[in-house]
Amino acid sequence: MEKIWIITKRELNAYFDSLIAFIMIVLFLGFSGFFTWISGNDIFMSGQASLRPFFSIAYWTLFFFIPALTMRTLAEENKTGTIEMLLTKPVTDRQVIAGKYIATLILIAVALALTFPYVITVARLGNADAGAIICGYLALMFISAAYTSIGLFTSSITNNQIVAFLSALFIGLFFHILFQIISGGMEGLLGQIFNTLSMTVHFDSLSRGVLDLKDIVYFGSIIFLGLFFTEVSMARRNAFN
Amino acid sequence: MDIIIQNVTKSYGVQKAVDNISFRVNTGEIVGFLGPNGAGKTTTMKIITSYLAPDEGDVFIGGKSVRDNPVETKKHIGYLPENNPLYYDMPVIDYLEFCARIQGIEKNRVEARVAEMIRITGLNREKHKKIGELSKGYRQRVGLAQAMIHDPQVLILDEPTSGLDPNQIAEIRKLIRELGREKTVILSTHILPEVEATCDRIFIINKGRLIADGTPETLRKKAQGADILRVKIEDGNPDTIFKALKTLESVTMVEFADRQFNRFNIHCKSEQVRREIFTLCVKNNWVLTEMTPFETKLEDIFRELTMN
Repeated sequence: MEKIWIITKRELNAYFDSLIAFIMIVLFLGFSGFFTWISGNDIFMSGQASLRPFFSIAYWTLFFFIPALTMRTLAEENKTGTIEMLLTKPVTDRQVIAGKYIATLILIAVALALTFPYVITVARLGNADAGAIICGYLALMFISAAYTSIGLFTSSITNNQIVAFLSALFIGLFFHILFQIISGGMEGLLGQIFNTLSMTVHFDSLSRGVLDLKDIVYFGSIIFLGLFFTEVSMARRNAFN
Repeated sequence: MDIIIQNVTKSYGVQKAVDNISFRVNTGEIVGFLGPNGAGKTTTMKIITSYLAPDEGDVFIGGKSVRDNPVETKKHIGYLPENNPLYYDMPVIDYLEFCARIQGIEKNRVEARVAEMIRITGLNREKHKKIGELSKGYRQRVGLAQAMIHDPQVLILDEPTSGLDPNQIAEIRKLIRELGREKTVILSTHILPEVEATCDRIFIINKGRLIADGTPETLRKKAQGADILRVKIEDGNPDTIFKALKTLESVTMVEFADRQFNRFNIHCKSEQVRREIFTLCVKNNWVLTEMTPFETKLEDIFRELTMN
């Protein structure tokens, strides 16, 4: 556990020292702030004291920003060879993955925490539903956790950060919209399956304030599979050189 | 701490990088890995340090298997990988602290350990610089510092002196020799004088196989079979000298090295030959102006063993 935290701390320092963290936070707040408050089709249009417009915008901004954060994590270590230096220290592959994963999640949590003034504003505008707001943030953390695990996986398969970024977006795109579109054109069981696979469906139900076990199992499975394949892909160094 | 390599085989696809290698390195020994590029030196080191898992066989560090206990064995190893990969965006001191922490050094001892390593490697003036800003020689020192920070019993160094200037090379060699008194050291290199200067034993590896194992002296003896002397004898007819030399008791063979300047190569059985040559010259009033033992260089052994 301590080893994981040491790696997490180093990753967080790397994010902040290289300005990636600051740029990411500023862009995230800029984008979501603009579309939530001043774009015209914003929170005031809904006529309700609700943060739902913010949640659906953050859903999209995170979709783009998370691959930009995760692309570096393992691809850069693969490229510079520091992964060898790191893995010959008394740590396991799993601890390295966990450390990097947690560091990225902490950074995203910080970015989301900085939108707290939105909550205060909305609460002052009218009768906000506290449960829905908590669930909305929870939903954003869930999708972040899922996309981060996918991003970590694509970063582990290559030593090129652009490849890592684009493949994370490509895989993410299926969960983000494609599965939902496909399910719309199908009927019966197949449509049902694709509907279940779509992240948007689960995100919507969560951010509406409904905490369902199904959604938690869904996000949990993506996170698990993402991290599992990351570990498998790191072990691949044994087969090729 | 002993290192025992037992029938280790490792392939990449169809290519065998390491082919059934076995050897043992005892505590306090400095062993040099020699071999052409792609011979399997680096792969062997990666297996010892648990970066790669062997396809077959096992490695034991102090009796513990790297297959069953990689985290445990890694604690006792300090490793300087090939090309010395480092986090270039970290300052030297932060990087060493990170390495110390991840090696499991207790929090209150980390600072002292880092200060100690910075002193030993002479990085004091550079300690607050980012590693990426350092010259290659200083980066190599950082690499050595991170390898030794937890005072490991085993040091694995993949080309430790590459990219250093002659002064730094001498320093690093001295450091390795000092460390080698109580630690087990394996180093790989292309620079043959380096092995002779630092190592107690030499392993020559070619095409994934161990083809020679011994001290520099035994390897040299093995390769040349007999001692050769190069002599220059003046003030006499070369042919007369040639014949006279042949009659000496300890001489097995004489050949002209350079007839014009009266130079000969003498193959001999014993050290006694030097005295015999001297008395021969005195007797005939010849002048002996040169006598050099002609050593087979490690280069020649290396070429002979790996060129086919």
